[in-house]
Amino acid sequence: MKASRDVVSSRPDLFTGALNVSRIRDDFPILKRKVHGKPLIYLDNAATAQKPQQVVDALVRFYSEYNSNIHRGVHLLSSEATEAFEEARAKVKRFVNAREISEIIFVRGATEAINLVAQSYGRQHVRAGDEIVISAMEHHSNIVPWQILCEEKGARLRVVPINDRGEFLMEEYEKLLNSRTRLVSVAHVSNALGSILPVAEIIDAAHRRNVPVLIDGAQAAPHMRLDVQLLDCDFYALSGHKLFGPTGVGILYGKWDLLDEMPPYQGGGDMISSVTFERTIYNTLPFKFEAGTPHIAGGIGLGAAIDYLNGVGLENIAAYEQELLGYATDSLSAIPRVRIIGTAREKASLVSFTVDGVHPHDIGTVLDQEGIAIRTGHHCAQPVMDRFRIPATARASFAFYNTREEIGALLRGVHKVIELFN
Amino acid sequence: MSYLNDLYQEIILDHNKRPRNFGELKDANRRADGYNPLCGDKLTVYLHMDGDLVRDVSFQGSGCAISTASASLMTEALKGKTRAQVEELFNGFHSLVTGATSGDDSSQIDLGKLAAFHGVSEFPIRVKCATLAWHTMQAALENKEQAVSTE
Repeated sequence: MKASRDVVSSRPDLFTGALNVSRIRDDFPILKRKVHGKPLIYLDNAATAQKPQQVVDALVRFYSEYNSNIHRGVHLLSSEATEAFEEARAKVKRFVNAREISEIIFVRGATEAINLVAQSYGRQHVRAGDEIVISAMEHHSNIVPWQILCEEKGARLRVVPINDRGEFLMEEYEKLLNSRTRLVSVAHVSNALGSILPVAEIIDAAHRRNVPVLIDGAQAAPHMRLDVQLLDCDFYALSGHKLFGPTGVGILYGKWDLLDEMPPYQGGGDMISSVTFERTIYNTLPFKFEAGTPHIAGGIGLGAAIDYLNGVGLENIAAYEQELLGYATDSLSAIPRVRIIGTAREKASLVSFTVDGVHPHDIGTVLDQEGIAIRTGHHCAQPVMDRFRIPATARASFAFYNTREEIGALLRGVHKVIELFN
Repeated sequence: MSYLNDLYQEIILDHNKRPRNFGELKDANRRADGYNPLCGDKLTVYLHMDGDLVRDVSFQGSGCAISTASASLMTEALKGKTRAQVEELFNGFHSLVTGATSGDDSSQIDLGKLAAFHGVSEFPIRVKCATLAWHTMQAALENKEQAVSTE
């Protein structure tokens, strides 16, 4: 990856700042695909990101060269697989800047990470009359696990409102925190609106009342440098597939002291140190929370994705994506009949929008015929749609392999939509 | 663009913009709600049945162009039909949008204006949009309490 910054692009228009986008695009084989006879323009990165060849190769290498189970075999393949999987854990640890490697737990995705905390920490600490605080712009995965817990315990879910720009209302949040609050769980970046939440202040306010905080970082991790120690969050949830890694793998970061006191989430192999029919002694962290054979290839693939991102540079990615966001926001809002939903001052690189008189589903179909993949619908955030009194939006979400030219094609597509449904 | 023009035919765009028989039917004796959780389309179909005959029919709700136009054209097609004829139309329409038959297949029943939906078969993901109103109408006919969901 070092080469990507040294090689001068043959297409100077794609050489933007410290990123050689043309060179980067060569690393993503799927970007060469045609869709309905047109070059694929993939603007659905918030749903899942595409994978660089390096990640695909890591998966192929695992399955074709050293596939075996981890943590148990004495044979060479098992030791190679264990080493690679644990090396991936170390990469994640450095990526989020955790203090301890044992604070990194492999799970299926951010959804499972949140469910783990709800079912383990939540069931241990939440009682009747207690409260859990979330925000009004959560993904369903950061709503439903808490509803399940609240229903079981007779606890109450409190929701921090947002303003018309889609910004978290800090004052309202402070009012909701009280002696009954047991946990705060909020997104770092809203998947439907793109808003970046003021997580440092949110964590600070909760900690002043000794309330732990879970941050759902599924949408943040691909766009910014993370530092869980600096943030001082208690839990942080990540999805591998949004981070240019494989599907089916994710990470729960948790502070060691909290994780250590939490009961296991699932029982099975690998999470024990000894089992008799009378008594089972659980394994140490992080294995206590990793029952059964994990997604070994997925973990290794996620490690490869992190290597790739480090090579490109999170700061470079953030700067370039902000350029794309600015261009897309300005040019889309200049189109009459287009309304941008989510205009927070701090945003990650996605634009949710509606076109007056046209259902987002129809926008999606017209753009698809142009080879442009966007997401349409409620984005698993129905309360956000209700808040803005719309059934759905069209959402274009950008990664560092996207270009201004692709946003140009999106704009032409939107004009085509307006023309068709005039 | 050709598939797109097939899908969004003039008559479909027109019924999307100006849906017919739109609104609550005051003397309805059957009604049902339909919902497509994938795209948030929601609609209610009202029927006034006179024995076996569809005396009147209307719908209300919000959705994409395909689901709105489908509901609108359905209401036009159903008025004055018997239950058996309604069933036959739905079968024919369903075959059309799923690509089981082509629109001009002479062995099939005459779908009239509904034939405009033949383009949907090229867009499998939109079949649910086209059939939501029909499934909801069927639930109303059967007096089902539970809302119809496409999922």
